[in-house]
Formats: sequence, C-alpha cells, structure tokens
Amino acid sequence: MKYLMLVCTDPDVTPGQDDGAPDVEDWVAETDGKGIRLMGNRTRPASDATTVRVRDRQVLLTDGPYAETKDLIAGFDILDCADLDEAIEVASRHPMAWAGAIELRPFWPDGED
Amino acid sequence: MTGTDEVGERIAALHADGWSRIVATMIRFTGGDWDLAEECAQEAFAQALVRWPTSGLPDQPLAWLTTTARNRAVDRIRRAAREAAKLREVAALDPEPVPYRSDGEIPDERLELMFTCCHPALALDAQVALTLRSLAGLTTAEIARAFLVPERTMGQRLFRAKQKVAHAAVPFRVPPAHLLPERLGAVLHVLYLLFNQGYGQAGDDGRARLSTEAVRLARVLTALMPDEPEAQGLLALMLLHDARRATRTDADGELVTLADQDRTRWDRDAVAEGAALCERALRRRRAGPFQLQAAIAACHATAPSVAETDWPQIVGLYTELARLAPGPVVELNRAVAIGEADGPAVALPLVEALAAGGRLDGYHLLHATRADLLRRAGRPQEAAASYRAALDLAPTEAEGRFLRRRLTALLP
Repeated sequence: MKYLMLVCTDPDVTPGQDDGAPDVEDWVAETDGKGIRLMGNRTRPASDATTVRVRDRQVLLTDGPYAETKDLIAGFDILDCADLDEAIEVASRHPMAWAGAIELRPFWPDGED
Repeated sequence: MTGTDEVGERIAALHADGWSRIVATMIRFTGGDWDLAEECAQEAFAQALVRWPTSGLPDQPLAWLTTTARNRAVDRIRRAAREAAKLREVAALDPEPVPYRSDGEIPDERLELMFTCCHPALALDAQVALTLRSLAGLTTAEIARAFLVPERTMGQRLFRAKQKVAHAAVPFRVPPAHLLPERLGAVLHVLYLLFNQGYGQAGDDGRARLSTEAVRLARVLTALMPDEPEAQGLLALMLLHDARRATRTDADGELVTLADQDRTRWDRDAVAEGAALCERALRRRRAGPFQLQAAIAACHATAPSVAETDWPQIVGLYTELARLAPGPVVELNRAVAIGEADGPAVALPLVEALAAGGRLDGYHLLHATRADLLRRAGRPQEAAASYRAALDLAPTEAEGRFLRRRLTALLP
C-alpha cells in the first residue's frame, strides 16, 4: 500500500533541546535502504506557494497556499508499506512527528474509480 | 412444535457465540470485504432458520454455517466478477473450497477482528460501532438505538469505518509484541466503554444488552489471551459490577447507593468468579488499572456491610491506582475511601484541594462527595450548598432525584 506522508509543522510546539527526536538524515537513510521511501522532499514555505484554480476557463492564481492556514506543509514523502501499522511506525520515527504532525494518506489504487 | 422452538433457541445461541467466529473467517476469506463477510454470515443464519427446523441440526453446526457463508461469498464474487468481466479475480478464487467438516476446523480469528475493530487509527465511536456490529453481531438499528442516534447516522459511521479499514490498509492481525500493550489497552477501553454504556441504564433493555455483550467479549478475550492480566482484570471488574446490577435501583427506578443496597440479592456466583479472576490476575505481579479497580470492587462485593468493608485496603488500592493511572476522579474516589477509613475530617481537606484544582468543577460527584463529608462532619449548611451544586450538575433524572432526597433529609 502506498501512502502520501505529509510532513506538517505545528506552530504551537517548540521542540526541546534534547527531546530525543530522531535525526532526519538517519530516517531518510533507513527508509530508503528498506525500499519504503519511494521519494520525498522538503517544500519551500507557504510564502513561496502559488495556488492555481481554473474558473470559467480562466486560470486564476493566488499568491500563497490553498488552505488559509499558517505555514503547514513542510515537505512530503511517498511510502510503500505493508499496512497502516508499518506506515505509522515509519512516520513516528520522523523527527517532524515529534515537532509537528504527520498525515498519512493512502493512495487511490490503480484501476479503481 | 417444541422442536422448532428448540432449533430457534439453538440458532440464537449459535449466533451469540459463533457470529464473530464466522465473520472473522469470512473477512479473511474475502480478502477484507467486511460488508460481504457480514452479509454472507447473515444469509447463512437465515438459511439455518429455514432449513434446520425440518432437516434437524447438523452435527457440526458452526462448520455448516461457515461453509454456507463461504459458498455464498464464492457465488457473489463470481457473479460480480462475471458482470464486470474481471476474469483475474475469478481465476484467483479457489474453485471449490473444501467444506469445513468440523467446528474445530474453523480458524479462530476473533482476536484479529478485535484488534482491527479497535485500531487507534479509527475514531473511538467508530471502534465501538464496528465492535458491536462485527464482534457482537448487533444490527445497525440496534446499535443506533443503544447510542441514541438515527439509524442512518450509525449506518454511515459503520460504512466510513469499514472504508477506512480497507482503504488505509488497517491490518487484520494481532499486533506484534512491541505494539501489544498499547493496542490491547485500546481493546479493553472499548469493551469497558460498552459495559458502562449498558450499566448506567437500568431498565433499558436495549442498552443493558451492551453490558451483556461486553462481558461476553471480555470472556472471549481472556480465553484467547490467557496471559494478559489486564484482560482478566477487566472481566473481573465487569462481573463484580454486574453482580450488583439488580440492586442498584429500587422498584421505582430510584438510585440505591452501595450503603443501602440489599447485599443478599447480589449475584454470589458472579462475585465469586470475579474475585477469583482478580486474585489470579494480580498473582502475576503485573498490576494494571483494571486489576486494581477489580480488586476494589471485590473488596466491596465481598464485604457483609459498608461498616465491615476493608476501607484501609481500598485506600491502599486507590493509592496504587492513582500512581498507575493518575487523575482527579481517582483522587476523589481515594478521598471517599479515606473518609470511610479515617473519618470525614481527614478526607475533607483532600476534597477541598481537588475542588480548588478546578478540574472537577463540572463533575456532580465532586460536589456530592463534599456534601456527604460535610454532612457527616456536622456542617449541614455547607453540606446543603454542596448538594445544591451537585444537583445542578446531575447528569440523569435518577441522580437528581437521589440528591434532592439527600438535601431534604438534611434540612427537614
């Protein structure tokens, strides 16, 4: 099962100096090594985002993110896991699960509508 | 025609004990199609109701029901596949699954089903609904009635829960050891919630059934996980509470407190079983919140009267419980026990400190406890004020009436 892992910041959390959160480089190396992480990247902040809508065949652009929230999405990864428990385990080892939040979205499988 | 009644009773008993076995097997067999699994299980029982009164009960009724459900699923999948020309799925199906010859041959995957239904990635109300549908075999209408929501709402809740299980790949398995304590905790939590939903509602049969089902499922759980003392603790706690069910309200439906309950009417067998279970669990030296609560309930249930209750022992158990599962409600109960063991003068400062903490402001029992202690300490005016505060917050009519009686007795 493939999952989109949205890496989100939480403005209300200030991570402690030594809270034991794992290192993101280790996380990437481990999940890449196991073939779990198919790809992923950090994304630039919301101030660099452009939102695209087409209405009445007109392309409408907005400067900023789709959702009127604080800068939420900091990056994403695509995981290939056996089941939700494995995805939860992988997500819980990502440092941003400690300092923010991680949303797991299962992919819509091929050939289903 | 007594034969027909007998068969009907046997089928009802099989439904109570066998429903979850069959559904679990069918979920595995259909590759995770919960709706199909339930529908086929239901159809198998419907067929039994039609055929068994004339044909007689098969030697291995559970095997018959499961085989029938499985054959039905094969038919349904084949038909759907032909209609959609999905030949791959037809090819993947076992052409003629071998019928189950004996009840013992059916795999027991109820534990897998419990852990999936109570997976923490599902919202608590979804966990509860799934548990009642898939494990207890209640219909959507029955579950909706028990939780006082429209049937449509409950149907949607169940639908969404099953969808999430399928779409997000919630696993159908007993969690590995490192996840077990947390996940077992979730299962126990759901069962206890079910029990309490039914327990608080005297005289409401639809809801009382929830308690019965919770006890039944807790029995299944302890049988399948005999080495988990907290599961035993939960079952013990339920049995000990349930033993007092008949005496908790009087003929008019009025609340009767522990002190005034007719102890001769407590279910002795349930008390004995609960107390023995609790003792056996605690002997494993892995005490947990449910075992401690059961031990407290056992102290009450085995005492001949309130005065002869081992209050110091109960205080000790609450102290341990407050250490393992800290919280203001546990502290309040501990204060009540101290009030009985050492007198109201010792307990009052504890309750005042809790009240000052503010976390129980909206909890009627904080005010009722304070009122009770003040009354016993000979401070009726203050007691009356606290009874009034409790009265304003009473969650049910019966509790309100009970508090009003206390208030009237205080100020004649």
